[in-house]
Amino acid sequence: MADVLVVVDHVEGSVRKPTLELLTVARRLGTPVAVALGAGAAQTVEVLAGHGASRILVSEAGEYADFLVVPKVDALHQAVKRVDPVAVLTVSSGENKEIAARLALRLESGVITDAVDVEAGDEGPVAVQSAFAASYTTRSRVNRGIPVITVKPNSAPVEPAAAAGAVEELAVEFSPAARGTRVVSRSARESTGRPELTEAAIVVSGGRGLGSGENFALIEALADALGAAVGASRAAVDAGWYPHAHQVGQTGKSVSPQLYIASGISGAIQHRAGMQTSKTIVAINKDAEAPIFDLADYGIVGDLHTVVPQLTEEINKRKA
Amino acid sequence: MSLRIVVCVKYVPDASGERGFADDLTVDREGVDGLLSELDEYAVEQALRIAEAAGGEASVTVLTVGPEDAREAVRKALSMGADQGVHVEDDDLHGSDVMGTSLVVASAVERAGFDLVVCGMASTDGVMGVLPALLAERLGVPQVSLLSEVSVTGGVVSGRRDGDTASEVLEASLPAVVSVTDQSGEARYPSFKGIMAAKKKKVESWDLEELDLDAELVGSAGAWTEVDTAVERPARSAGTVVKDEGEGGLRVAEFLASRKFV
Ligand SMILES: Cc1cc2nc3c(=O)[nH]c(=O)nc-3n(C[C@H](O)[C@H](O)[C@H](O)COP(=O)(O)OP(=O)(O)OC[C@H]3O[C@@H](n4cnc5c(N)ncnc54)[C@H](O)[C@@H]3O)c2cc1C
Ligand SMILES: Cc1cc2nc3c(=O)[nH]c(=O)nc-3n(C[C@H](O)[C@H](O)[C@H](O)COP(=O)(O)OP(=O)(O)OC[C@H]3O[C@@H](n4cnc5c(N)ncnc54)[C@H](O)[C@@H]3O)c2cc1C
Repeated sequence: MADVLVVVDHVEGSVRKPTLELLTVARRLGTPVAVALGAGAAQTVEVLAGHGASRILVSEAGEYADFLVVPKVDALHQAVKRVDPVAVLTVSSGENKEIAARLALRLESGVITDAVDVEAGDEGPVAVQSAFAASYTTRSRVNRGIPVITVKPNSAPVEPAAAAGAVEELAVEFSPAARGTRVVSRSARESTGRPELTEAAIVVSGGRGLGSGENFALIEALADALGAAVGASRAAVDAGWYPHAHQVGQTGKSVSPQLYIASGISGAIQHRAGMQTSKTIVAINKDAEAPIFDLADYGIVGDLHTVVPQLTEEINKRKA
Repeated sequence: MSLRIVVCVKYVPDASGERGFADDLTVDREGVDGLLSELDEYAVEQALRIAEAAGGEASVTVLTVGPEDAREAVRKALSMGADQGVHVEDDDLHGSDVMGTSLVVASAVERAGFDLVVCGMASTDGVMGVLPALLAERLGVPQVSLLSEVSVTGGVVSGRRDGDTASEVLEASLPAVVSVTDQSGEARYPSFKGIMAAKKKKVESWDLEELDLDAELVGSAGAWTEVDTAVERPARSAGTVVKDEGEGGLRVAEFLASRKFV
């Protein structure tokens, strides 16, 4: 069967869940060959082999951390030449999309970003995208070159599948452009101990209706009761109540969890763009006319300051 | 030495209208009003601030690639304070994908002459967020993208990029391509004086011939991606909405339990 190149998203060797989903998608199209770049790349091998990677190309050069984007484009370009895949898949994120697009241009191939699903078609992979704040669903194909497709988290189940997982060293020759943009310093985001927003099965979000940053404690308590990630509307982020990394929406993260709970969020189009594809939506808002109720599978018209703590208490009681 | 800044802006359908696709599966631009992509206002703002910081030694050119109406996006940026505009317009551009668009933008930027190109983080219609990176690849200059803070001093552009797992400080020598996020600073409103002044500013109109580009390379003809279907998503079926009578939290818990979340 034909090879499909899968770009591994990992943090110092620990593979992030969306990459395992990507391996499920890749197996629909052919045999997954993984590429892991950067410090800790070699530590990803076991997990990747357990999820269907027949081969794993590894390169731990320091350039990936010291310079922006281009070193990874160089590496993937060389990996493509070695493997000759029928498609290249990567997880959608700001950086990965940039890498994918530049790689596609070098390959003289089309690029499709933010696929929510990928199917095998007669003329190559068919990517499902969601357009205009998820009000349309499109099906697209790349009609030239090797399709390069970025896939959003939560697009496929994680399925273990034993494979050879043969490790190969990828010796990368960097282009002169690789050192163009220097990373002068880097500060890792502090871990909250909660699930990562885009990967979480449940997301609990708060908006301007919370009234203050302190009141995010209500949202965090509910999130902890459910084992959920915390999200925020842009109004709450702009007010300085919660870090921007937690913003859900067009200019924040887009999430597609099993359950999304919105409290004190009106449901503006830009917010909906980031959460509309959640499987189940619950809204708590004191305004019965709030647009968020148009999306909600279950809604409570009421004051979040009483509804949310009561909900948290009841969940904790049921769990005990 | 004068700093030549080109800001790339896109004219997009208003997100508060009913956006959709035309029969040929391109964006329907007839059914809904267009405007300067809100995220490109941040790019114009940062370009103006960089120019201001450079004293009188800078010029800001606004560039758009798009149909006739797209000129409105240029006008808006001029009324915010940009110096001049370029509008690339050609019937053969209809149906371009991001590869075609980036080819045209790159040719136009080169023709305009630049030390710094400033883009938004993503358009509000295609929302790919990759055009700036493609532009850097095509122009052979560094990309310093997705910045929440940006400044230029002594021929070096630097900025902060807040990624998924870390926040990075980046640096590159000019010429370079930059893109800025909506965290970079509130965009100014055009003043009355700015609106009046904009009417006198020059907007050049270029077509493919002037850019020396073959029509086969752009538009639907040159697209390397193809949309087979676009289907309107059925509206979510109306759920249950109940008024809190003191037991709202318990009701939600029951609902969550019924769906096996608890
Ligand atoms: C280019 C652009 C990009 C944007 N990107 C994003 C984005 O990524 N994410 C995003 O979220 N927004 C984004 N926005 C902003 C968006 O348009 C809205 O302004 C924002 O989502 C509003 O946030 P909110 O719902 O928290 O606040 P509001 O709209 O002010 O709503 C607050 C809600 O809380 C309710 N409420 C108040 N008090 C209580 C109470 N005690 N109990 C219960 N309910 C209460 C109110 O009834 C109201 O419905 C963007 C805008 C633009 C122009
Ligand atoms: C719903 C939808 C999905 C699409 N999916 C794909 C896809 O998967 N693959 C593909 O190849 N094409 C796709 N396209 C087409 C693509 O979005 C357009 O070709 C577009 O012109 C370039 O991408 P963008 O608008 O998403 O740019 P982005 O990369 O999101 O824009 C970033 C910045 O680039 C600048 N810019 C973008 N366009 C212009 C312009 N015309 N003139 C001047 N500056 C500009 C602006 O500064 C903007 O802020 C899609 C379009 C739509 C509407």
